Amino acid sequence: MKTTTTTRIVGAPVHRKEGVDKLLGRARYVDDIEREGMWFGATVRSTIPRGIIQSVSFDRRIDWSEFVIATAADVPGDNHIQLIVADQPCLADGIVNHCDEPIILLAHLDKHKLREAVDAVRVEYQPLPPVFTIEESEQQKQVVWGKDNLLKSFVLNKGDVDSVWGDAAHIVEGEYRTGAQEHLYIENNGIIAEWSDESGVTVWGSLQCPYYVHKTLIKVFDLPDNKVRVVQTETGGAFGGKEDYPSILASHAALLAKKSGHPVKMVYDRMEDLAATTKRHPSRTRHRTALDKDGKLLAMDIDLATDGGAYSTLSSTVLSRATLHAPGPYSCPNVRVTAKAWATNNVPYGAFRGFGAPQTIFALERHMDEVAAALGMEPVEFRRRNFLHQGDTTATNQLMREPLMMDELLDRALKASDYYAKRARFAAENPNSMVKRGMGIAAFYHGSGFTGSGERILNSLAGVEVTADGVVQVLVSNTEFGQGTNTVLTQIAAEALGIDYDDILMAAADTGLVPNSGPTVASRTVMVVGRLIERAGTQLLNMLREHAGLGATYTREEFFAACERYRKAKGDVVSLVRYEAPPGIHWDDAKYHGEAYPSYAWSVHVAQVAVDTVTYSAEVEEFWAVQEVGRVLNPVLATGQIEGGVAQGIGYALYEKVVLKDGHMANNQMTNYIIPTAEDVPPIHVYFEEIPFSHGGYGAKGIGELPHDGPAPAIVNAIKDATGVSFRQIPLLPEDLLTGLVAHEQAEAPASL
Amino acid sequence: MSTTGRAIHFTINGESRTVQAPPMKRLLDVIREDLHLTGTKEGCGEGECGSCSVRMNGELVNSCLVPAMQAEGAEIQTVEGLAHDGALHRVQQAFLQCGGAQCGICTPGMLMAAVQLIERNPHPSLAEIREGLAGNLCRCTGFMRIFESVLAAATNENIAEPKKVEHAR
Repeated sequence: MKTTTTTRIVGAPVHRKEGVDKLLGRARYVDDIEREGMWFGATVRSTIPRGIIQSVSFDRRIDWSEFVIATAADVPGDNHIQLIVADQPCLADGIVNHCDEPIILLAHLDKHKLREAVDAVRVEYQPLPPVFTIEESEQQKQVVWGKDNLLKSFVLNKGDVDSVWGDAAHIVEGEYRTGAQEHLYIENNGIIAEWSDESGVTVWGSLQCPYYVHKTLIKVFDLPDNKVRVVQTETGGAFGGKEDYPSILASHAALLAKKSGHPVKMVYDRMEDLAATTKRHPSRTRHRTALDKDGKLLAMDIDLATDGGAYSTLSSTVLSRATLHAPGPYSCPNVRVTAKAWATNNVPYGAFRGFGAPQTIFALERHMDEVAAALGMEPVEFRRRNFLHQGDTTATNQLMREPLMMDELLDRALKASDYYAKRARFAAENPNSMVKRGMGIAAFYHGSGFTGSGERILNSLAGVEVTADGVVQVLVSNTEFGQGTNTVLTQIAAEALGIDYDDILMAAADTGLVPNSGPTVASRTVMVVGRLIERAGTQLLNMLREHAGLGATYTREEFFAACERYRKAKGDVVSLVRYEAPPGIHWDDAKYHGEAYPSYAWSVHVAQVAVDTVTYSAEVEEFWAVQEVGRVLNPVLATGQIEGGVAQGIGYALYEKVVLKDGHMANNQMTNYIIPTAEDVPPIHVYFEEIPFSHGGYGAKGIGELPHDGPAPAIVNAIKDATGVSFRQIPLLPEDLLTGLVAHEQAEAPASL
Repeated sequence: MSTTGRAIHFTINGESRTVQAPPMKRLLDVIREDLHLTGTKEGCGEGECGSCSVRMNGELVNSCLVPAMQAEGAEIQTVEGLAHDGALHRVQQAFLQCGGAQCGICTPGMLMAAVQLIERNPHPSLAEIREGLAGNLCRCTGFMRIFESVLAAATNENIAEPKKVEHAR
């Protein structure tokens, strides 16, 4: 299905807005920036997972008079990071709840003196018993957070799950687990902060959400809004990893800046970034599924638990998205999802592309293959029999009003991958080969934008402005970190205003200059903020037509001339618009009923995998990603988003293992936390279907997170197809495959006499 | 910042330069701190990610692993030395067109690896491109757009006249 709307710039593969600066090496990332008189900061961190701080001593071999030292006692306001629940200290105060928790900050003129100084600060603790796993936290023998270790819980209920078990033709159960995952943006976290008594705090840094950092700094420094300014610098990858953490680092750099009287730069090295910053939540999902004799879903009873780490960070909203994606793109009359996020003494987990959905979609799409096998059905046909269609309701009783094409996506994926012929060929070849090949699929959706009432609460404001210098600027707080915000929002503004792409600039993501158009998360930028820019453009044209004589058609020169007439007559040429929810969006947060998301992107993935039974390595040989994401605003950038997400999903399934030892990441180096390289990533084939969403920017829905949801289950389903062994956890490194395959062989072997 | 150390002479992007640096200072830091050529990035500091890749005497090196003294008398090229005659290098042009750069942090090192590859092997196969770029990690693209960029630059097919750029060499 192709869109028929004619557009000039939207839909065209225009070049990345900041592409030339990046290619010339002149884009300025935080570590490329120096400020006059700048010092450097470093962090003394907890070496134990849980305990009471008894004493701090400073080794006399260091001349401490050269250093500035900051502790919790130096926090002028509230010593807490302001996310959903303000439970996480900016600096530990008397107690530590995880390894690598920040306790003391040091600043010095010479950054090369800091490492030795950090090592020369000795903290003595009275250790307390730690909790490291979901199961230990559930037992509540040690209460490490609140009254019961429970960071958040949800129950989603549709129909009456308990009524169907007696009548079910089949009941299939399974438990699935996912590990932590590191974002591994290539640019580590970094911030520069300055303090002045007149203007307060200014920070520049690598971050996704300037207004999140702003909210924390106001509280930490007890300052009015206008005395805190947050500016995003060019950001070298984020993936959610720079959604919550920069609020902590910005507070630290600003505390040192205030106390030292110098600008202070803090840029983590890789080991510190890996050990101390957030990762994807580990999860455990239990499925119990009832089916009728025809293989139709009768009930899905899903029990979800996540490890949130030591503080609540974004665990509640991650759990929410995980809950809402747990039942997937299937029609089922009775659904229950019981979801709990548990506190442990691991480093707090946080936002990561997909935000809980990759965890529950892994469980669901692995389970769907297990259910199909139990029924003796083909995985493809079992899914097809149960897909959601237009007019059906989801697990939250959301009516699917917009057209929905899971069947077509599946058909296209099967055809593109030559799925059936390959499965037949591999089934014939595998018995005589040490390398076993298989095909696996995953079908899923990803909700675009904030969950439920979230976008209403955000109440985003965005716009366009024509400056007195004749520059058209897009005014948003949404940030570019590789995904293409600058480019697609410029395309939308150019399209709406009827001028050229090159006539438009993105205003700096600077809280002193731009309105709060919400965070750059949740696959919301092109759909929600893009729509605001489209509306702001239309509104500006109406202003120019009404007050400055702009004609129905106009040239570029006539547009700018009209802007100048407007300026003389009315003042600033600015058009701001505020979010308006699409009609018919109702959400009951208490019951978890209603329109969970204004729109969904839909996808089918197919993985072709080879498992080497000599080396026990699994390799993805080829990958197909078919998706319906609304209007594709820039085909080159959109394709790049899908390919990058698939590669990250392949890493999640087969390469990336966070090894925790007493709550500290033991493999906190790129040498032994392995991500897919140019030699590991298979050919990735990307296909788009487009059903424009009437309330998204020029018909766009969300795209950024979707491609991370499918690879892991598709790959592990392919491993089962190849080997006959059902793996129920990721990551699957060679040692994990060895364990599973050997155990399977032993179970299959005839008992010795 | 430090003026200690010894004088080290080399040519970088065609210019003869002398810096005072401790002999074991990382070439990466000499390039970024002493010469203020901040296009070269640090990603891991242990030679795994390739973000700090520069070309030295015709070899691709991780500048985070090269002590400054080893650069004595060397010819070095960084990302800042790719564009010439006020226009992008054709590899840069190909990356621009094909979407080879997303967040941009691996891009300088990736470009140096791609230029090195094409100069050594003007018509690389896809397998040779994969091998040639295997020391440079990208977390955004999944590499597909990068492979396409390098293939396009090597064949010169579908590549526009390199874009004119202000303030480039």
